[in-house]
Amino acid sequence: MTVAVNPAQTGEPVFYLADEHPHPEGYSTSLGFWIYLMSDCLIFAMLFAAFGVLGANYAAGPAPKDLFDLDLVAVNTSMLLLSSITYGFAMLTMQQNKIAQTQMWLLITGLFGAAFIGIELTEFAHMIHEGATPQRSAFLSAFFTLVGTHGLHVSCGLIWLVTLMVQVWRFGLIEANRRRLMCLSMFWHFLDVVWIGVFTFVYLLGVLR
Amino acid sequence: MSTDTHAAGAHDHHHDDGHAHSTFSGYMLGFVLSVVLTAIPFWLVMSGALPSKQITALVIMAFAVVQIVVHMIYFLHMNTKSENGWSMMALIFTIVMVVIALSGSLWVMNHLNSNMMPIHEMTGMK
Repeated sequence: MTVAVNPAQTGEPVFYLADEHPHPEGYSTSLGFWIYLMSDCLIFAMLFAAFGVLGANYAAGPAPKDLFDLDLVAVNTSMLLLSSITYGFAMLTMQQNKIAQTQMWLLITGLFGAAFIGIELTEFAHMIHEGATPQRSAFLSAFFTLVGTHGLHVSCGLIWLVTLMVQVWRFGLIEANRRRLMCLSMFWHFLDVVWIGVFTFVYLLGVLR
Repeated sequence: MSTDTHAAGAHDHHHDDGHAHSTFSGYMLGFVLSVVLTAIPFWLVMSGALPSKQITALVIMAFAVVQIVVHMIYFLHMNTKSENGWSMMALIFTIVMVVIALSGSLWVMNHLNSNMMPIHEMTGMK
């Protein structure tokens, strides 16, 4: 976007846009990834809208009060919150070029993430065992779609995390790996932001209703 | 050619500026804030400390909004300068879309629900 002027300065300046200069590799990755996250945000907004519309249609089936165990949700929330801060520590140690510590924090993040998914799957299994399947009512369809989509995102994040740990183990903290870790950092923290919406609007407001 | 090199160099520099702001104190402050902002709504709902459900609902929604802002600032490092302000532009655009879609869906579907109600249930309508 730099406007270059004819260097000869002949009194008749020629303006042209010189935006063809070479960019370093990965120059636009973080902005592109941010735009992906924003489009992902729209997906979640639509699922929240569906839940907001259908969340009270129990079809004479179980209501949130009968199904949700807030103690378990609180534990689950703390798992995701702890994984967020440990990922932050991984980013900090990455900035200091400490490979072993970065890997350790990534591993701890992965364990917290796996604990989150484990607790969520236990909750789902318990609900389905009690007959609260996605087919039972519009409320449960919307619930499983919204919370399941979030869980699927976290699972993908876990696969991504393990992949990056292998990458860092094999190639070290090279520029490409730093960029990838930064993208996963945005993804991971974004999922935590979505979870704030889930535990507030689905679980807390559901039990309150 | 010298112009090109200079431009690339300037972009490089800016690129580095975009996301090198994470500090230990920043993460810890964000973490402590989000723990507090998570614990209070859970406590409010589990203990029923507030007199009415409506007030509790409004308060926990307010806590959620504040916590989302905290996460955006301390964990996602959002500011008006990163990527020349384009990430903030994308965020604002997304928020506008989300607000229109969410409020529109809830509003329209709520009215549709109300108007589809059988006559004998109309008396109980809000």
